This record gives sequence, C-alpha cells and structure tokens, in this order.
Amino acid sequence: MTDAATDRRLIVGPFNRVEGDLEVHLDVAGGAVRAARVNSPLFRGFERILEGRDPRDALVIVPRICGICSVSQSVAAARALEGLAGAAPPPNGLLAQEIMRAVENIGDHLTHFHVFFMPDFARAAYAGRPWFGQAEAGFKAAAGSAVREAVAARSNLFHVFGIMGGKWPHTLTIQPGGVSRAVDARDKVRLGAIVADFKRFLEGRLYGAPLETVAALAMPGELEAWRDHGPAGHFRLFLEIAADLGLDRLGRAYDRFLSYGTGLAPAGGIWQAGAAGALDPALIAEDHSHARMAGRERRHHPFDGSTVPDGADEDGYTWCKAPRLAGLPFETGAVARQLVGGQPLIRALAAGEGGTVRTRVVARLVELAAAVLDLGQAIRRLDVRDAWFTDIRLPDSGRAMGLTEAARGALGHWLRVEGGRIAAYQIIAPTTWNFSPRDSDGVPGPLEAALVGAPVADGERTPVAVQHIVRSFDPCMVCTVH
Amino acid sequence: MMNLLWLQSGGCGGCTMSMMCAEAPDLLATLDGAGIDLLWHPTLSEATGAEVVDLLQAIVERRQGLDILCVEGSLLLGPNGSGRFHMMAGTGRPMIDWVRDLAARARHVVAVGTCAAFGGITAAGVNPADACGLQYDGRQKGGLLGPGFRAGAGLPVINVAGCPTHPNWVTETLMLLAGGDMAAGDLDLYQRPRFYADHLVHHGCPRNEYYEYKASAHKPSDLGCMMEHMGCLGTQAHADCNTRLWNGEGSCTRGGYACINCTAPEFEEPGHMFLETPKLAGIPIGLPTDMPKAWFVALSSLAKAATPDRVRRNAATDRIVVPPTVHEKRKR
Repeated sequence: MTDAATDRRLIVGPFNRVEGDLEVHLDVAGGAVRAARVNSPLFRGFERILEGRDPRDALVIVPRICGICSVSQSVAAARALEGLAGAAPPPNGLLAQEIMRAVENIGDHLTHFHVFFMPDFARAAYAGRPWFGQAEAGFKAAAGSAVREAVAARSNLFHVFGIMGGKWPHTLTIQPGGVSRAVDARDKVRLGAIVADFKRFLEGRLYGAPLETVAALAMPGELEAWRDHGPAGHFRLFLEIAADLGLDRLGRAYDRFLSYGTGLAPAGGIWQAGAAGALDPALIAEDHSHARMAGRERRHHPFDGSTVPDGADEDGYTWCKAPRLAGLPFETGAVARQLVGGQPLIRALAAGEGGTVRTRVVARLVELAAAVLDLGQAIRRLDVRDAWFTDIRLPDSGRAMGLTEAARGALGHWLRVEGGRIAAYQIIAPTTWNFSPRDSDGVPGPLEAALVGAPVADGERTPVAVQHIVRSFDPCMVCTVH
Repeated sequence: MMNLLWLQSGGCGGCTMSMMCAEAPDLLATLDGAGIDLLWHPTLSEATGAEVVDLLQAIVERRQGLDILCVEGSLLLGPNGSGRFHMMAGTGRPMIDWVRDLAARARHVVAVGTCAAFGGITAAGVNPADACGLQYDGRQKGGLLGPGFRAGAGLPVINVAGCPTHPNWVTETLMLLAGGDMAAGDLDLYQRPRFYADHLVHHGCPRNEYYEYKASAHKPSDLGCMMEHMGCLGTQAHADCNTRLWNGEGSCTRGGYACINCTAPEFEEPGHMFLETPKLAGIPIGLPTDMPKAWFVALSSLAKAATPDRVRRNAATDRIVVPPTVHEKRKR
C-alpha cells in the first residue's frame, strides 16, 4: 500500500566511497524504493581513444581506464593481443601476470570492506545499536583504527608490485607473451614474506582465525555460530551488524550470475535458476536504448559494437550501455565466481537468501581468505630458472577477445585490427553489467532491480539502506562507461 | 590547520589509489601530521549525497572557507563546450562549472595527476570528451581556468603531474603548502613542483651501465638499456622515479618497461608506438636532455665499441648470465 504523503522522487549523489561517479534516481512510495534508475554521469570515451592506434598501445591506454583495477584491464588487453597472435605466455609469464592480478583483486577486496563499505555503519544514525561503539572505533571514515590498519596493510601488500610490476597502478610489466621482468630467487623469497605478513594481518584483525578456516566455511549455520561465539574480528562484527539490520534480506537482484574465470582457474560459467551452466560469450550483446549512445535500433555483440555518444538523447539517462547474456541481465562479482567455482557456503546462501547485501560481502570475505592462500601457492610455483616472456608477432588484421576477472567481476575486451591498427575496441566492465540501465524490453539492470523495496525513512535525502545496497556491489564507475 | 577539498573529474581515480600507498608515515597519518583536515574526499569521507552538495554550496557562497582545492582527472568541456560529459552527480550541473566556482574561492589549487594538469590520457586520440587540464591544454597554457588564473594565495595551479602521481609527490606538495613553503620559484616551466621535476627518471636507473655502453634491450624482459629500441624516455623525463622508488622498491625501468614520460604534457601522443624508439638513420630522434647530438653520436659509437662482453651478453637476457669479475687482491 502506498502512502501518498511520503511519495517522492530522490536524486542521490554525489555518491562517494565507490570508485568514480554515480547518481541514483529513486521513486519512493510507502517508505520504500519503488523504482530506481542508475546514472553513470562521466563519459571519457576510451574505446574511441584506442581507435587508429598500434594495437600494442592498448597496453598503455587501457590500464588508465581505471585506477583501482588497472592490472585487470592490462590482463584483458594482453589476453586479447595474445588471442590475436594465436600465442600464449610461458607458464611463468602467465603465473606472474595472474599473481599481479590476484594481488590487485585482494587489495580491492580489502579497500572495499574497510574503506568503502563498513564506514556506513559508523554513522550517527546507528548510534543506538549494540555494535555501534565497535563500528565507530574501527570504521569511522578516514579515522577508524581498522580503516587505517587496512590502508597500511594494503600498502605493504602492494610491495609485490614494487618487485614484479615496477609500480601500481598502471604497470606495463604485463605484456602479451608474459611479463617484462624476471623474478629471481631473492625476489621470490621476498614475495613470500610480503604475502605471509599480509596473511598475519588478515588472521589477526579481519577474521581472528586461520584463513584456511574461513575458506572452508560450508554451511550457513556456521555463520550464525561465528556471529554468536566466533573469534573477535571485523568479520564477526559484520555478521552481527548484518543480523541486526537484516542485510540478508536487502538488495536481492535476479540471482543470475556470470564469471569469466581467470588465467589460473580457467573455468568461467554462469549460475542461473539455482544451477551452474556454461557461458557462451557469443550470446553477449549490448543494448543502447536507455544509454546516451547512438545505435539504439538493435543489440550489438561487442565485435560489432559502437561507442558514439549522443548527448541530445532524451530516452537515455546514463552513459552506461546495458549488456545482456542471451537477452537477460546478469550480476557479476565475487558471488558469481564462488558460485561457479562451487564454494559450498556461497551456494547455500544463494539457495537460501539469494544474492543479498550479506551474500555479496560474505562471498568477498571468503574469497579474500582463499585468494591469499592461492597467492602464496602461486608464488611458490614460480620457477626462477625458467622463461618469463615469449616474443610474439601480431598479425596485421584479425579479431580476438580477452576475458578476465577484476575484483568486482567479469571484464572483457573485444579487439578488431585492420592494417596493423585498432579498427574497433569494445570493453564490457563488471560494473557495466551490474549497474546497467534498462534495456529495450524495459528490464532494469541488476542494481536497479536490487534497489526496489529498499526502505527509505521520512526525511532521508540520501537513504542509508540504498547506500548499503549500492556499495555491496563494489562498483567501479570509471570502468563502467570508460 | 588547513582544510582540503578533493574532486575527481575525467580521470581514472588512480592518483587517489596511488596516494593511498603512501608509507612511513601512511597517508592518513601524514595528513594529520601536516595539519590538513579533509573537508571531503570522494574515496575517504563519510559524507555523501545531499551533505556534500550542501558543503560545496557553502564554499561557493563563502560560508565555508577553502584552503586547498585538489582536482584529479581532466576537465571535460564536451560536448560542444557544455561540460555535459561530466555532470556532478546529484547537482544537475557540469563539473567544470563547479570547478570554476570553487577554484575562485580556494587559497591554493592543485592539479593532481597529468589529466588534471594537462589533459593527459583522457585527451588522447580524437579526444572524444574534449578533455583539458586546469590551466593547460596539452602544452598550451590556458585550460579550463585560463592562463592568468591565480589562486587566492597568489600561485597559479600547481601541477603535480604524473600518470599516476607518486604518493609522496602529492603529500609533500600538500605539506609544503600547509607549511607556507611553496613559492612561484618552486615550480618549473610547466608549473610542476621542482622538488621532483628537477630530476630525470634516468637518474638512479639500475640500467645506467647498459646505457653507458649502449648495450640495448631488444624485447621485453631483456636487462639492457631501453632507450635505443624500446621507447624509453628516461633521459628526457622530469621526475625522480628511480631515486624515490614506487611501492617499496619499484620504478618503470625496474619493472622492465620504458619510461613513457608521463609527467609531461602531451605524453599521451608521442607520435609513434609507445614502446618502440623512433629513429632516423639508426639514431634515436629523441636524445637525452642537454646533450648535443654530435657528441651523443660520437660517444655512442665509441661506447658500443668498448662494451665489455659481460654487459653485452647480460643486456640481451632476463637475468645476469655473466657476473662482474671478482678481482683477487694481488691482481689489483
């Protein structure tokens, strides 16, 4: 039932503690969101910037799409260029690329939890809650002890880039064919020490338990036990907050997920109707009907896509296109990877509460624990006597795609080369999937769907429940419209 | 205390992400120690939405003072000068209009990164968004604020150029401003702080011995000098990357790839492939800063002839295959 006195429209922005620019339009009725439209208000046009250049220049340009997932962008470009050449890096080269990608993803998960997501629970509006004192001391924006510790731990972890990548963000070490810097025995032990130190930080502060224990969580009941008498740490605090605020009932979208998989675990796939399935990239197409983009008459497969901004467009409300798989919106991110990869706890949560704010955060924290363990093993597998790079020659024409995972989900590059120059370059970033606008059938994107039903209190101009839902996706807006 | 407002426009957010890698002390401790109070930063602050719009309005209406305005990302003039490629969320108003108004109120204006300084990578190619910098459009002075712009305290826009910026270039600039220790003479020709722009990336490069002998890398992962074939501009690029180091112990050349001179205006359009050196009659077109061409050619051919076997062989591999000779004492 709607209460006419509270019916209103809200425009929420600037939306901070997300990467980049975001504005959300809400129709509010009866104290809840009835409809949402998500606007990415910044357009730079990287796909156009790439046109006409030597394909190898993509390695300089594409990381600069995004300062938070630049390595994932580099890896996608390297994969596409390797695909063009029909070549692959030697095992060490691939492993080194994937180690850097994993370190960036791990750093992103940490930044998301401590710097972007949790500070919302340290707001004065929650002052009466039993957990508030702990939340405020740890997670007050830019001031909380946990926020500061996480920023410092991330800086230490990113010394991996100082050794392997020269710098972060925007390394050029990742090349089609491998990496431009060999790791020697000394580097290898130093990398191991950095990861061991980071593991100690996570176990001591975030989880209060060994990473192996977190990665092995399998039953939803284990989360309740952790919340009630688990080890003290940020994970337990989150579980208490989630239970108190009902975050397991907030922000559910379509429960359809997709992951491209990574160079280390090639299995990408989808999760739909409660079951895993295969992903066919040929079924991906972008819809421009509610984007401020020319080309609305049909959906475009990325090999056949275009990026022609139309600022005069009246139907468009964002610069973000609407990617669809087999005509349907899909969500991507840690939940998708964990579902496709068969993590039992996340599969159980998806079967129960679905993809909610709590599921997204738990999936990220479980993945973080597992990813750091995998990282340690990957470093041990580096063979310092072996090759790091294969010199490959690019053909003058052809097309190829490069698929990988950023922290926030599936990232794809589709490249077409003619006469030794880039003829077309289309990119679909994870947040393009998650924050897509409506399509020509009027079907909202995943976030737009997830926001429906979010509670809005009287007088709230920037509803806090909306903020929890938006941030639970870990959006990267600069990537979204690039 | 000095307060600071940070806005992001047509960039990637990478300068903020890089700044968060500040160490010893970390970013938040550094700002505390310098007496810098964050009025608002899009990555770090609690306030969102309407609270932020209220704050910006208070600054424009002079109800709130502003000491330092930092802008990250290029300023987008398009389409057709409307600025509509970047509307500030929640305000229905182009970011360039907000930046003009806020810059007029600030005591200092800092362009963080090459995008905000000169236009940067966002201005590359066909420059689809009509991107420029705060006070430069490429090498051309002007940009969004115009060549005559001076902030309240009298300085032009301070261009902490770099793609991304080193965390300490930013924090040290802020600390110098907070301490009243930055004057017009502390900025170089392109208004970059001289404390880092008076150095060359070449200084401290571990490949200097290969440079001396023109023992060159031919492919990624080779240890040799990257100037002759791989597009490296370290001998011309203004920055202290190889003496200050990144993420603990890194730099571009230490990571095995060319310096692309990312602190310079128009680095995004070198006129050739980034990682390949353009040559005329076998000689690189771009020569080291301050070096007469004839001397370079003469010294190069002499150096190549004198290259030790160790340096020549190591230059073409990804690890040291010939170690330096250990001289026993009696043979010295």
